[in-house]
Amino acid sequence: MTSLLTIDHVSKDFDTTRALDDVSLEIRPNEFFALLGPSGCGKTTLLRAIAGFEDPDDGRISITDADGQETDLLALPPDKRPVNLMFQSYALFPHMNVRKNIAYGLEREGLSKQEINSRVDEVLETVGLVDKAKARPAQLSGGQRQRVALARAIVKRPRLLLLDEPLSALDRKVRAEMQMELKRLQHEVGITFVVVTHDQEEAMSMADRIAVMHDGRVQQVADPVTLYSRPANVFVADFIGSGTLLPGDVGATGFTALGRTLPGSNPSSVSGPAVLVLRPESVRVDGDDGVLDGTVVETHFYGGSSITAVRVDGVDGPVVSRDRGAPRHEVGQSVHLSWSADDAVILEAGSGADGP
Amino acid sequence: MSRVGWLRVPLTVTYVFLYLPIAVLVVMSFNASKTPFTWTGFSTQWYGELASNALIREGFINTMIVAVSATVLATALGTLLAIGIARYFRSAIVEAYSLAPAIIPDLALAIGLLALFSLVGVTLSLFSVLLSHVVFGMAFVAAVVIARLGQTDASLEEASRDLGAGAVTTFFRITLPSLAPAIIAGALLVFTLSLDEFVIAFFTDGPTTPTLPIVIYSMVRFGVTPEINALAALLLLVSFTIVLSAQRITRLTDSV
Ligand SMILES: Nc1ncnc2c1ncn2[C@@H]1O[C@H](COP(=O)(O)OP(=O)(O)OP(=O)(O)O)[C@@H](O)[C@H]1O
Ligand SMILES: [Mg+2]
Repeated sequence: MTSLLTIDHVSKDFDTTRALDDVSLEIRPNEFFALLGPSGCGKTTLLRAIAGFEDPDDGRISITDADGQETDLLALPPDKRPVNLMFQSYALFPHMNVRKNIAYGLEREGLSKQEINSRVDEVLETVGLVDKAKARPAQLSGGQRQRVALARAIVKRPRLLLLDEPLSALDRKVRAEMQMELKRLQHEVGITFVVVTHDQEEAMSMADRIAVMHDGRVQQVADPVTLYSRPANVFVADFIGSGTLLPGDVGATGFTALGRTLPGSNPSSVSGPAVLVLRPESVRVDGDDGVLDGTVVETHFYGGSSITAVRVDGVDGPVVSRDRGAPRHEVGQSVHLSWSADDAVILEAGSGADGP
Repeated sequence: MSRVGWLRVPLTVTYVFLYLPIAVLVVMSFNASKTPFTWTGFSTQWYGELASNALIREGFINTMIVAVSATVLATALGTLLAIGIARYFRSAIVEAYSLAPAIIPDLALAIGLLALFSLVGVTLSLFSVLLSHVVFGMAFVAAVVIARLGQTDASLEEASRDLGAGAVTTFFRITLPSLAPAIIAGALLVFTLSLDEFVIAFFTDGPTTPTLPIVIYSMVRFGVTPEINALAALLLLVSFTIVLSAQRITRLTDSV
């Protein structure tokens, strides 16, 4: 499949910070692509570079239309790029009411008054702000402002929509509604999304693919399941999901830690200091049999599932196991832990950390 | 009595000290007597005589020409200066130097301008007064507008560009309106300052076109007449109205 947006070896320096470091990404047509990463890793800078508000020091950004015609985005001013950005700071026009804010972009396209009105009405309905149409931004709550900013971006129906933390200020219920709405726009209107979010669950549940960034570099691009079960390096394994990172060594017999050889996959490409990633779902707790011994320190029951935290001598923090149903072990009980080699990934120690 | 109550005493003294001369001036402008020290009854005759005094009328017209044109020019230039500094230069030194004319002593500015005008051969006239007033007026407008720009979000302009507006549309639809309160406040400030500006006008004006403050100065050298009291009271009224409305405008729109 040809990609819609091609980001090719893009770098950007601010004085002393390298905000983007050789970033290359391919965004496919009609996909929901999430950017995930800790604060300051360059997510906003990347969106701003695509929208035209940061000039990369290096690299190319281009967009390919339906006929396969490729356009160099960097050669176009922001107002001529077929993308829209929803700003992290909302950037609502303070001297215009909600309706005028939303209509502003459509007026620039020279659409008829009638068409503008009907599209603004529709989007006001979508974001649930019909009764706030006449209000100024200063008279709105934080979550309402965020919805106006979202409405102003989606009403343009661009080919590519860049959203910088679009739902962070919304409460659970409204957030779920907006998530559904974004997915509807993706499927029914055919908009391609690049969305920055801090919320892993949101990224996991909504995105077709996710890029994890750290210190201006892309660490891994993958679908949510792969990202979780096959992290490319220790940074991604640590950043995504929960679990225990068990330090050890890869030698002739495989992965060894705490004086034992432990099951794990992917050892061929790693040798020397390594880390074993144990996800709670993969760890089994058993009274009789296992590869590691420990003592139960905590159990929690969540209705459908339960977690059991086990302290293992020589390991920082407890190893957590998640299981269906009620906890089967008691606090203080001696237990054994096991997992299958396929469910535990072995990664090179320190991979994806600061510096090359 | 609370401590706050006690503090009222110096406050009251200060206000009396500030406003007593003004009160005397206003009261005396309604005095029927021609001598300033005796009250002989209420009269508005001095206001009437103002209108028929040719010198004052001429001075008033000259002052209005200067004040109105200086306001228009200084507001336009000062606004552009502020936007240029805040958006494109971002240098504390450039900013400090551009605001200097608002701060340096009038006398220094007046002497400097006079020297410059004679150096480049500008004949002293209302036009040279106008230029001089634009110089300091521009600095005041820029100061007010820069303060406002500091509070407004630069991403507003980016959002406008992002939504498909070109640079010119963005300037007129987004930048200017979000600065409007500051621009209006700056304009009113320049107008009031220019209206009663004496030192700089005195140095840079031509002999045949005195502005109102210069006319008043030449009249009071022979003693304060009730006519002048009436004139000063009128000026006071104009300045107060303008300053209050400027405050109103900034306060109304600052709540955005
Ligand atoms: N205009 C700028 N001038 C200097 N440094 C900047 C500028 N914009 C961003 N940076 C720096 O670049 C890095 C990346 O910033 P960016 O805003 O892209 O982070 P982010 O991933 O969006 O973070 P957050 O999740 O907190 O929004 C940060 O270290 C930031 O301090
Ligand atoms: Mg950001």
